[in-house]
Amino acid sequence: MTTWLASVDPLYHHGLTLAVVLIALLRVVIAFAVLLNAVIIMIWFERKAISDMQSRIGPQRWGPFGLLQTVADGIKLIFKEDLMPAEADRFVFKLAPYLALIPGLITFAIVPVGGTMTIAGHTVLLQAANPPIGILLMLAMSGISVYGVMLAGWASGSKYPLLSSVRASAQMISYEAALGMTIVTIVLATGSLSTHDIVTAQAHGIWHWNLIRLGVVPFVVFIIAITAELNRPPFDVVEAESELVGGFHTEYSSFRFAIFYLAEFMNTITMSAIMVTLFFGGPAGWAPNVAHLKWLFPIAWFLAKTTVFAFCYIWFRAALPRFRYDQLMDLGWKRLIPLSLGWMLIVAGFIVAPSWGFAMGAVVLLAWTVLTRAFELGHSRERGVDAVLPNVGQRPLPSEAIRRLSDGEVD
Amino acid sequence: MAGPLNFFGGFKLTLRHLGRPTVTTSYPRAKRPKQPRQHGRHVLNRYEDGMEKCIGCELCAGVCPADCIYVRGLDNPPDHPVSPGERYGYVYEINYLRCIHCDMCVEACPTQAITESKLFEFSFTNRADAIYTKSELLVDDQGFPQRLPWEDWREGEAAMTGGWMRATSPAGAADFEGIVQWTGDLGVGVRAPEGGQSDARDDEATGSKPLRSAFPKHLQPKDVPLELRGVEGLARSVRAKLRGRRTRGARS
Repeated sequence: MTTWLASVDPLYHHGLTLAVVLIALLRVVIAFAVLLNAVIIMIWFERKAISDMQSRIGPQRWGPFGLLQTVADGIKLIFKEDLMPAEADRFVFKLAPYLALIPGLITFAIVPVGGTMTIAGHTVLLQAANPPIGILLMLAMSGISVYGVMLAGWASGSKYPLLSSVRASAQMISYEAALGMTIVTIVLATGSLSTHDIVTAQAHGIWHWNLIRLGVVPFVVFIIAITAELNRPPFDVVEAESELVGGFHTEYSSFRFAIFYLAEFMNTITMSAIMVTLFFGGPAGWAPNVAHLKWLFPIAWFLAKTTVFAFCYIWFRAALPRFRYDQLMDLGWKRLIPLSLGWMLIVAGFIVAPSWGFAMGAVVLLAWTVLTRAFELGHSRERGVDAVLPNVGQRPLPSEAIRRLSDGEVD
Repeated sequence: MAGPLNFFGGFKLTLRHLGRPTVTTSYPRAKRPKQPRQHGRHVLNRYEDGMEKCIGCELCAGVCPADCIYVRGLDNPPDHPVSPGERYGYVYEINYLRCIHCDMCVEACPTQAITESKLFEFSFTNRADAIYTKSELLVDDQGFPQRLPWEDWREGEAAMTGGWMRATSPAGAADFEGIVQWTGDLGVGVRAPEGGQSDARDDEATGSKPLRSAFPKHLQPKDVPLELRGVEGLARSVRAKLRGRRTRGARS
């Protein structure tokens, strides 16, 4: 047991002493506290940045620059009446917010925030856990977090949340595949699932970052798929206000709504961090050769990179209109999945041998042509609205009998 | 414009707006500048020697479309006259639940006794309070409107009363532009005429300002007046703000 633990995390090299357990617990508590505080700042940052982009002021009343606005909102929500719809499935309704929240927390545990640090003679990895399944945990957790949304909508016993939960599950299935495929590409190149290994493989400079090493395509696919996975704009069909009232959280109020809100932003931060880990070398970056700053600089690099991606999400929200649902499905199935699959094959080929790589490239190109032609053919056979229902001017008038019925004359 | 890169237009636009100043005014704390002809709460003016201008002729009450003015005139007491003429306004009441601020009373007044300030932010909790009496409407001993506790006066709202009156030429004759046809006011003196189509104008004295220079933050960058652009424009606006602060200090 101990040897296995030691192979996973250098903290356990000296066996399981009290100090080791305490350090491990401390790591978890710090990660939790930092993430919760980051959420508060993220919500403030999003509201401020988006209002700046719209030439507004944004929150300004609570604390300096409105920094405490999130706290004020939280207090307000907690003191509101907690409503339970009469038609709701009570247990699932109460369970769903936590299903949305907890995966975000767990996923953050595998993110390497910094390099290593020495506390009382123990080498400590600056990440809450380094399980050997590593990045697969993130995939599993993002799968579970969709259950939160899905069950919330289903358990509300209400129409719009139900539609929203159907959308959520379909969207998750369509984008999880592309997401998994890009992660496979990274895992192939690294040769390990562990996030710590993925980061160390990228530590030797910008040219070793997966962003450049794998070509930019996996990153583009990943950022699109992860945005869809997060249900953030422009992929927020799940909570499309103009179509579904509030979506899955229409019936939620008070603290449970606050948890959904928290979960959404926590997932945003976590996914920004995951993106930095997978493609931008995590905490890798220039650091001065001073003993006491050696552990600080990687953390600063990590925070800076994560902030950039957090800002990107906000930017998406300000700049892009929401996708229509069929466009969302088209993008997922017809573009991202073939693209990520093809790119994975090419990368795999190049890892075996360059000749295999070029052969794979040719195969993918051929498949691409066939697929494009297939889509074209399918599109030309599509029976649009016009085929089903003629235009208003050309439509025959309803027969006399139907007209009498619709006029309310019953004989 | 159409093309694959068109997709990034939204990103460019939003990023550009990050650098622009916000257009929001934090309303109760700060207010947008008011225009010189804004119609607000009325004031009853005095001559420069302190005599009341109102002669109790009731023309304002007659012309009022909302029927909100109640005036009763009385003969001036010979030993201490209130107004320079034969009669004076003994009762003068305006019901602000009825007033529509059309300024027809200002137009009708033969002695420029009634004009309007720029204050519109005042509210009441009962109907009786909405009726302003003569003692509340009359300017104080320095010639400025009384600041009643439930009114929210800010800088400049009491300064240029009766701007509408000073902008009008009788019968629309262009020859009358810039000709003073009104008497002086206590504490202010004879007010300057508002600039019209001719170049003869004193915008500083009349408080008139082109809309583009009053609200430069709300304009597209290319519409901002040249003198308000760049570093020089910034310095000029700061100077103007400082000047405003100094005059305010002198007033109070």
